[in-house]
Amino acid sequence: MGRFAPLLPELILSIGGTILMMVAAFTGRRGSGVTSWLAIALLLGATVALIGAPSHAGPIFDGFVGADLFSSFGKAIIFPAAAVAIIAAHGWFERGTEHASEYAVLIVFSAVGMSVMVSATSLVALYVGLELTSLSSYVLAAYRRTDERSAEAGLKYFVLGALASGILLYGISLLYGFTGTMSFTGLAAAFGRGAPTLGLLFGLVFILAGLAFKVSAVPFHMWTPDVYEGAPTPVTAFFASAPKAAAVLLATRLCVEGLGPATDAWRQIVIFAALSSIFLGAVAAFGQTNIKRLLAYSSINNVGFALIGLAAGGERGASSVLFYMAVYVVMTLGAFLCVLWMRDENGQPVEEIASLSGLAQTRPGFAAAIAIFMFSLAGIPPLFGFWPKLVVFRAAIASGYVALAVAGIIGTVVGAYYYLKIIKVMYMDEPAEPYARVREPVQGALILLAAILVSPLGYLLIGPLGSMTDRAAGSLF
Amino acid sequence: MLSLLIVVPLIAGVLCLAVKAEGARWIALIGTFVDLALSIYLWAQYNPDGPQWQFVEKAPLGGGVNWALGIDGIALMLIVLTAFLMPICIGASWRAIEKRVPEYMAYFLLMEALIMGSFAAQDLFLFYIFFEGGLIPMYFIIGIWGGAERIKASYKFFLYTLFGSVLMLIAMLYMAGTAGTTSIPVLMAYEFSKEAQTFLFLAFLASFAVKLPMWPVHTWLPDAHVQAPTAGSVILAGVLLKLGGYGFIRFSLPMFPEGSLQFIPLMFVLSGIAVVYTSLVALAQRDMKKLIAYSSVAHMAFVTFGLFAMNRQGIEGAMLVMLGHGLVSGALFLCVGVVYDRLHTREIDRYGGLSDNMPGYALLFMVFTMASVGLPGTSNFVGEFLSLIGTYHASSWAAIVATTGIILGAAYMLWLYWRICFGTQRNADAAAMPDLSAREWWLLAPIALGVFWMGIYPESFLRPMRNDVGRLMTRLERVQPAGDSHLTLGKGAVHMDMGHNH
Repeated sequence: MGRFAPLLPELILSIGGTILMMVAAFTGRRGSGVTSWLAIALLLGATVALIGAPSHAGPIFDGFVGADLFSSFGKAIIFPAAAVAIIAAHGWFERGTEHASEYAVLIVFSAVGMSVMVSATSLVALYVGLELTSLSSYVLAAYRRTDERSAEAGLKYFVLGALASGILLYGISLLYGFTGTMSFTGLAAAFGRGAPTLGLLFGLVFILAGLAFKVSAVPFHMWTPDVYEGAPTPVTAFFASAPKAAAVLLATRLCVEGLGPATDAWRQIVIFAALSSIFLGAVAAFGQTNIKRLLAYSSINNVGFALIGLAAGGERGASSVLFYMAVYVVMTLGAFLCVLWMRDENGQPVEEIASLSGLAQTRPGFAAAIAIFMFSLAGIPPLFGFWPKLVVFRAAIASGYVALAVAGIIGTVVGAYYYLKIIKVMYMDEPAEPYARVREPVQGALILLAAILVSPLGYLLIGPLGSMTDRAAGSLF
Repeated sequence: MLSLLIVVPLIAGVLCLAVKAEGARWIALIGTFVDLALSIYLWAQYNPDGPQWQFVEKAPLGGGVNWALGIDGIALMLIVLTAFLMPICIGASWRAIEKRVPEYMAYFLLMEALIMGSFAAQDLFLFYIFFEGGLIPMYFIIGIWGGAERIKASYKFFLYTLFGSVLMLIAMLYMAGTAGTTSIPVLMAYEFSKEAQTFLFLAFLASFAVKLPMWPVHTWLPDAHVQAPTAGSVILAGVLLKLGGYGFIRFSLPMFPEGSLQFIPLMFVLSGIAVVYTSLVALAQRDMKKLIAYSSVAHMAFVTFGLFAMNRQGIEGAMLVMLGHGLVSGALFLCVGVVYDRLHTREIDRYGGLSDNMPGYALLFMVFTMASVGLPGTSNFVGEFLSLIGTYHASSWAAIVATTGIILGAAYMLWLYWRICFGTQRNADAAAMPDLSAREWWLLAPIALGVFWMGIYPESFLRPMRNDVGRLMTRLERVQPAGDSHLTLGKGAVHMDMGHNH
């Protein structure tokens, strides 16, 4: 058992997930409530199981995966976020979907994949984790298969995702071919032997392109708005949070641990992706009328900021990426939970931004929550969403990338415009038809919790969260 | 103590949201009065000869940020000004705002808390958070309760100021990284390299120039003023603009003395253009609020003139201009609000001869007009006079240009007053307007008293700031510009002690 102790969270999730699949198969639609709650319990159990060996064991299985603070920090974001995605689906799929209960199972498997992603220390583990997550995600995107948009989203995601996986795999094979090793430490040693050869560079570029697809960084972002819009809203909430955080963390670990000596080679790529994501995410969101599409661009924009932290490099940079993603996940989940509550009087979901009109007068509390998330995503102080941006820019400036920070911060001003637009619609326009009340006390409590976390009260977390990210990032070096 | 100053309006603001309109009005009024009482207590307790920073509080928030508060005399006076204007703003909105009152009051109280925080903050990032945070409530106040073009004005206000500020944030990050501290008092004595100072100065200039505002980035101000509700204009002109001037005194001058020295010509040229250009623009306005908004830009140019003269008179004068302008422009916007509430237009031509049917109004409006023009005995005279003396010592050419501002200021203000209060009564509805109500007297009379107090005995206001200006002078000593105006009549340079003796 001792050998498996560092894997306890993954074991809980995989074995539990398999059993849940059986439960789901045998209980059918009636069992969706039970499976959901069991899945949430599994995810929370796995989070608790992070304490101890999974955080300190170091490399296991001959350096296949690493159980360190970095990976457990990532899992501590991913598991709860996945649990929230399950809660978000409560009452969503019961109507008109035959397989309501498999949703939770798929999320659990996806969480296993993500947990392998953030602990991967070899290219094989990286690929296996990524594919496990992606396969679950393809199904999830098309979960409403009778709905054209959902089916389209799933197909689009699958085709493009498969292409990206192919690119990634090609990169992996190039790296393996030229270095003869799959482990990150081996790669670091190979890159450390002087200037990288052309073959290594090609491998590096292909891998980064594949990862950029997964984090939806420009120029590999094209799938994001369509998939986010088409997928059922709880699934979109999931896509925007946990898998994105996992992919960013995976990229961080690969760049730092595996490609550390080749920093000069990947840094320019990351900088390009960061700045273009920030600006494209900000500019393309201008004309959007669908809130999910807008939030898709917002997520592209936000990934750009996290990548600035990665480009800054060093322990501080890695720590800032962790900080950014931790807060980002809370903000984005909160925002999507609010989107989930936009229903017309028949209880049908509404996604038009115009339908938010005058919300501050019909539902002041709801409007205030959305406003908090929007200002936070925009990074306007005194809301807490400002602080992760500051942390990222601080890392960039400390590494001497002042111009990068200036460009990034100008991006926040450009982006502020469309967040303000939502707030303007809610607060300054005349009330439209009021939304139906949603009776989901757990979701309501989660929205409240997320709103409190990103409100100015969040600044009290700077100390603990900062020291956690510092230690987690320190375990990479 | 300072935390209380910030927390009281916050709590009052939250309470406002829980009650109905009438309750919110009273809670807001009580909250702002409590803050006023607190700030007067601070003023009474402040020891002008004591240490530079008083009422200091500090609690680490982790991650290198501290909840660090503390004030010197300069901050103290601005806090008193804010606390003084706030109850007046609430009073001005008492009947003028009828829709969504609890929300409105909550935004005002939130804004008060944030402004107090920016004046009291002693930590770089804490300052930034308060400074930027002020955008949010103002955005709502303009956008929800503003005039017809309110949406555009609120966007313009928000994005303009945000754009200025983010560059300052980069500079702050650089400073924190280089100096290894975020404490403002420590940074005020820190020596940045000369090249760094140039960039840091420019980055801070981007923020404060937009906030103050200076020509050519002032264009958001007239829009914001015209669209904002009366109380919004009062707080915008009275206090928010002062954050820009305060920023120059607190950050630019002491932290980057060499950088500041280098840019004196730029600052003088921009201020000179602002004085002449915006005064001329003000002359051409047909909208009362727009006229006063442009006059604000011109008056703020006296602040920059005075500050970048980098001598005692200039800086003390700049501070007094800020305080005086805070009172006077606030009062002028209230005066516009008084007639706007009755006739719902700000068109100057729709009024005329108001001294017949509104003698009380005409009297107070006259007081504030004269103060704005800089009549001796009123607040603005002292400030403008001192800052002009300061400017004259730095550059006589700059002083000549600046002085034209006073003449032009007299022209547009007196002409405005003439068109509104004198002449024939052309419009029956304007002629039928009743005189000031008791509530309006209560709003305007205290400001008038303040204006005279500051004009007749400015020492009350200069005293707390004197030592702080002195400390700033020692900091600036090594870079002080020579100036071109040393009259020598046998006894060497004319002695520049007027600051002490008036």
